[in-house]
Amino acid sequence: MAISGFFSRLKQGLSRSTQKLTEGFTTVFQKRRLDDAALEELEERLIAADLGTAVAARVIGNFRRTRFGKEVTDPEIRSALAEEIAAILAPVAQPFIPDPAHRPHVVLMVGVNGTGKTTTIGKLAHGLAAEGKRCVLVAGDTFRAAAVEQLQVWGQRAGAPVIAGAQDADPAGLAFDALSRARAEGADLLLIDTAGRLHNKAALMEELRKIIRVLRKQDASAPHSVLLVLDATTGQNALAQVRVFKEMVEVTGLVVTKLDGSARGGVVVALAEAFGLPVHAVGVGEQAGDLRPFQAADFARSLVGLEDAPV
Amino acid sequence: MFEALSDRLSGVFEGLRKRGALSEQDVSEALREVRLALLDADVALDVVRDFIAKVRERAVGAEVLRSVTPGQQVVKIVNDCLVDALGGSGAVGLDLNAPAPVAILMVGLQGSGKTTTSGKLGLRLRDKSRRKVLLASLDTQRPAAQLQLEQLAQRAGVASLPIIAGQRPLDIAARAMDTGRREGYDIVILDTAGRLSIDLALMEEVRAIRAATNPVETLLVVDAMTGQDAVVTARSFNEAVGVTGIVMTRMDGDARGGAALSMRAVTGAPIKLVGVGEKLDALEDFHPERVAGRILGMGDIVGLVERATETIDQEEAEKLARKMAKGTFDLDDFASQLRQITKMGSLSGILGMLPGVGKLKAQIADANINTKMIHRQAAIISSMTKAERRTPDIIKASRKKRIAAGSGVSVQDVNRLLKQFDDMSTMMKRMNKLGQKGLMRQGLAALMPGGRGPAGGRRPF
Repeated sequence: MAISGFFSRLKQGLSRSTQKLTEGFTTVFQKRRLDDAALEELEERLIAADLGTAVAARVIGNFRRTRFGKEVTDPEIRSALAEEIAAILAPVAQPFIPDPAHRPHVVLMVGVNGTGKTTTIGKLAHGLAAEGKRCVLVAGDTFRAAAVEQLQVWGQRAGAPVIAGAQDADPAGLAFDALSRARAEGADLLLIDTAGRLHNKAALMEELRKIIRVLRKQDASAPHSVLLVLDATTGQNALAQVRVFKEMVEVTGLVVTKLDGSARGGVVVALAEAFGLPVHAVGVGEQAGDLRPFQAADFARSLVGLEDAPV
Repeated sequence: MFEALSDRLSGVFEGLRKRGALSEQDVSEALREVRLALLDADVALDVVRDFIAKVRERAVGAEVLRSVTPGQQVVKIVNDCLVDALGGSGAVGLDLNAPAPVAILMVGLQGSGKTTTSGKLGLRLRDKSRRKVLLASLDTQRPAAQLQLEQLAQRAGVASLPIIAGQRPLDIAARAMDTGRREGYDIVILDTAGRLSIDLALMEEVRAIRAATNPVETLLVVDAMTGQDAVVTARSFNEAVGVTGIVMTRMDGDARGGAALSMRAVTGAPIKLVGVGEKLDALEDFHPERVAGRILGMGDIVGLVERATETIDQEEAEKLARKMAKGTFDLDDFASQLRQITKMGSLSGILGMLPGVGKLKAQIADANINTKMIHRQAAIISSMTKAERRTPDIIKASRKKRIAAGSGVSVQDVNRLLKQFDDMSTMMKRMNKLGQKGLMRQGLAALMPGGRGPAGGRRPF
């Protein structure tokens, strides 16, 4: 995986996304005393980057303690801010590493509609296959039209078999059969796609729990990873999503998609502070190679518009 | 932690309502909360600023300070400003006034719900507007996207353009319009691939499609959960293709309002439709005043009534009403009422439309009352004899055991149902006493047995 490609790509996306944030800093802070008004404006800028009011308040609190009344320049502010954000993000930047002890390592992909679960499974399978891992994909989204076909295309690209059932079939039954097949074949990973569901629909969340219950009949430790796929354009509602999904299906990690757009992805910072769930990967494009490990420091520096991020 | 805008605002205004006279400080305090609530609800910063300024201008001044009930006055001003910001009162329909075939272009980010919305729109135009609709997917990016639209078209009972593998979006668009002309379609819905607002090549492509098809409506499809980025998305799409209307999807989620306010402010284009569920008929008109009311915790009464009239059997409802009035409401009626409720959709969806139930709704979510539970209750009633249903008083221990066994629940469940029926009968009696007017004035709280009303007997403003 070309590391430099990742950063330039991420930076490309984020630099556009942070343009506004950057402009804000420049106009607000060039050779200016950091007073109450300045701090308030800074807080608003953070909120405008989707960081959320809680994180914004914490960052501002630290600034007030250490830098209040000082003459500060724009790069100083950005560096300090990047450090603040990186400190919050560092503990959660953990790459996704399947446990070889499990055969297969079962991954359940969950999330609200349209966040990119199917695409992420496809990219993940592609990356794992390139590492020589044998993946089996399960088209567990039996609800949305043509979701099965979409995953099948990804399966072909990754050279991984796709297990699919009939339209509107019970996804739990499908997952159960797929697990026995994957066990029999000695696959390394079983990647289960699920239909998108809004977290406030109790019946649909219950359906997810059923998939887990059924999987555990065969392997009490399954699923070994429950990955929640989040859209980077999502605002503060991401907090509600993570809270409910975590409660209902014991989410083990996050994947943040669509970071190549103009969305700032600042909500990731708020999520890290509120839940501390690992952020395994970020999606930065529609191609198979566009799923990258999440890098805290660089993400933070890119987020505040620092161009000299070390590569 | 995230709080629904309506919960937060009702908290603020509760404080305001309690005061006799309103000072400037009160207004400022309330507006600070309003500002934070709007920001937490993902309304864009600039939009919030303008909104607050407008409210302050109208709130602080003689109009409020001299009014008899200052709290109500401020609530009204915030509400009016919200309605204005959301596009003024009344729903704005789709513009279909053009020689057939009328093209409708669907644009938006990836995963915003364009394809599903196209399917829903097809069904809606077929059923409600009686048009002959052709669906065409120009999404050659996402695997199986064209197939998805084809399957949705089948479910909706409308035609879809045959898929030709390898054809480019612009050519598909031309073929769709050509087919529309030759085969006499009224409307051609063009579903485009999701694209990032910063992807210049793809934005150029959609611009070319627009130029070639000359759509009457260019609908920007936006996820209601979108954060501050809503502004950037709206601005770029509007600059590139000239958005004529906005469709907010996933309004059935718990992120309501925020993005709608921003989108409307940035594009100036009306929000025309909202997606409220996964089913194909879950596409509704956008009513600014209703959404503003919902945001403020006043409830979407009109929406409830509309939904009710569409689904509830009028005759049966009248029969029920007569029985209620006479006080001869029995378990059979209760069961038929449960059936009506399930027909109207999920309970939390219905409750969201009622005034003053913000907190009650949260409690119900905690208690895990859902549609499934209603089905179970209907099953319990089905396991009773006719005599038991008419006179529930005869249901004692051994009958309860039999009913529980018959419907596969525990005796406690049967008890709970009977208790609920009891409460309901009491409620009916109160309602009769209160009369229609009292109900309108005091809302649900008036019906709740002693002090157990939502939010401790607080009155909707």
